Amino acid sequence: MSAAEEIVTEAAAVEAVPKRAMTLGYGTSLVVLAALILIPLFVKNFIIFQMTMLLIYALAVMALNILTGGSGQFSLGQSAFYAVGAYTSAILMEHAGMNYALTLPIAGIVCFGFGFLFGQPALRLSGVYLALATFALATAMPQLLKLGYFEHWTGGVQGLVVTKPDAPFGLPMSQDMWLYYFTLAVSIGIYIASVNLLRSRSGRAFMAIRDNEIAASAMGVDVALYKTLAFGVSAGITGVAGGLGAIAVQFVAPDGYTIQLAISLFLGMVVGGVGWLPGSIVGSAFIIFVPNIAEGISKGLSGAVFGVLLFLVIFLVPHGARQVAIVAQQLAAKLKKN
Amino acid sequence: MPAIHLRLGAISAALALLAATTSPSAAQKKYDIGASDSEIKIGNIMPYSGAASAYGVIGKTEEAYFRKINAEGGINGRKITYISYDDAYTPPKTVEQARKLVESDEVLLIFNSLGTPPNSAIQKYMNQKKVPQLFVATGATKWNDPREFPWTMGWQPNYQSESIIYAKYILKNKPDAKIAVLYQNDDYGKDYLKGFKDGLGAKAASMIVAEDSYEVTEPTIDSHIVRLKASGADVFFNITTPKFAAQAIKKNAELNWHPLHFLNNVSGSIGSVIKPAGFENAQDIISSQYFKDPTDPQWKTDKAMIAWNEFLDKYYPEANRADASVMYAYIVSQGLVHVLKACGDDLTRENVMKQAASIRDYEPGGLLPGVKVNTSATDFAPLSQLQLIRFKGQTWERFGEILSGDVGG
Repeated sequence: MSAAEEIVTEAAAVEAVPKRAMTLGYGTSLVVLAALILIPLFVKNFIIFQMTMLLIYALAVMALNILTGGSGQFSLGQSAFYAVGAYTSAILMEHAGMNYALTLPIAGIVCFGFGFLFGQPALRLSGVYLALATFALATAMPQLLKLGYFEHWTGGVQGLVVTKPDAPFGLPMSQDMWLYYFTLAVSIGIYIASVNLLRSRSGRAFMAIRDNEIAASAMGVDVALYKTLAFGVSAGITGVAGGLGAIAVQFVAPDGYTIQLAISLFLGMVVGGVGWLPGSIVGSAFIIFVPNIAEGISKGLSGAVFGVLLFLVIFLVPHGARQVAIVAQQLAAKLKKN
Repeated sequence: MPAIHLRLGAISAALALLAATTSPSAAQKKYDIGASDSEIKIGNIMPYSGAASAYGVIGKTEEAYFRKINAEGGINGRKITYISYDDAYTPPKTVEQARKLVESDEVLLIFNSLGTPPNSAIQKYMNQKKVPQLFVATGATKWNDPREFPWTMGWQPNYQSESIIYAKYILKNKPDAKIAVLYQNDDYGKDYLKGFKDGLGAKAASMIVAEDSYEVTEPTIDSHIVRLKASGADVFFNITTPKFAAQAIKKNAELNWHPLHFLNNVSGSIGSVIKPAGFENAQDIISSQYFKDPTDPQWKTDKAMIAWNEFLDKYYPEANRADASVMYAYIVSQGLVHVLKACGDDLTRENVMKQAASIRDYEPGGLLPGVKVNTSATDFAPLSQLQLIRFKGQTWERFGEILSGDVGG
């Protein structure tokens, strides 16, 4: 291994996060859950829609978090998986007339397969090189979706319009509220599964690879398998998020899934705290609401204002929301003592 | 009892009088969400950031124009509150912003939202909510579909009608033409191409000898031009956006290829296309126009152009006057003001659409002489006239009559 390569792998290594520190305590989890269940009852439909998007992006950020925070691999190509999931759901709903809820597991499986396959060649790459390879995937995706061969299915550049589902069993709630609770249920399910995954044998294998690949393989971890598996799981969850996103937005078009989205998700992960799953929702809130705040401050310079805000976050709390949470916990402990 | 009768009579007379004085004004003044005695709330969505941010100028010009309207007393005494949000040209963000405008800011209508994918994303929502999606800023043909989407209306002449006009010209003046087409590989390019083929009709297959597309991300289209020249075509239809149009014109001259050159009006600007490509290289190119190019010297003393300059001096002095988008926004803003004025005191969403669908021969300042805005309950394409122009010397020369190529979505 040359010196340059060594430096690259060292720089790319993600700081080790002990698995206990990956989740929230029970009490806090319940409070957050209660807030997520109760708030929609008191707000306008538009806010409910925003909260739905918040959950959807949180899922996608969490998927990236499993990949990067869990197994130490970088990806700038999450937008491609998101797009595949969105298109899978949209095409199945609009062309095959399938129920929206059934399209989600299919979107997840398709994306899992796609991610697993992509993980094979990606095995040979690490650190920044892997990031670049996934970047290529993200830039290629919008154009692939525009290709004439698929146009009959994808609608080409015009995209596809998706019908929003009504609440089932004649429940007296708006489409937005139903979709929100549906998304919430899916998100909680995936969150619990992810936490369990990371606590399981596979999760320990992910983290062993993240901390030291050579040591992991010496301990008998099948590095190649677990690395591709991490890619597959991450892509699968992103695909489900993409499918939910298509239903919530009611529209898919190539322009919605550019590299910009991949970078936003990456940003969300860093702001939420790499390797801290509950941070995903904070990261998601950052990528949804901070651009709006920036626009409110200055329309012409919204990009610059966003940059300054991002810079402040990275500078003041480099470990993102996790750092804030830890500080808050310590403060609470001190108060208790007093 | 006469006394009571009398009293009852007096009361009913008073009531009748009261009814007579109050009911006409109560019947006249009708409002939907977003309108009141003092204001009309207008929403707008623009790509102020992202890949299409050059068009953000349209939103800024409109904001300036409504400031002018407010300074001059508003519309029938009501001030316009113009709320414009950034969607970075990404459809999911457009949906979020449209919902924010409709459900949170509670606007009367969304005006001139920009781009085909963003507008496609919100079209269904707007029609479900029955909120006008008025004068969308895209040339796609599908906005003229009042039966399916009665709450969505286009504005500018659509791409297909424009290329039909070129096709008709070719069929008439050069029936044995061998045509090469270069188009941008997206909805805009394909819409043009479809109109062109429809216009040529059965002869399209035999007349078009070469067809090539480029991606908007390509740095240069030189290689495409070389390929098209090799086809031996004597007519070239250039469906490109400004940067690429300038490259194509220049490359044609370099290769010494001089076909009859049709340039789509998207790239008709002298300031941003012809001048960079070189006046000598652009002679005899044919294009079409519906509004006055502010960089064209022939309009220097034109009344509408003077008014436009005065407006910019006062309300938007930093505007780039060579940018056709500034003129575009100026004209479409006048269109909205015209519709809102016609609504009178009945500012319901239904009446807004009704008035927007009954514009007759309206001529906002900035359009070419003879081009008029016309709509009806079955025609949701306000502008559908164009005039052919040919580049001579340093300016476009209009020729022929005002042509129309109405196409529905």
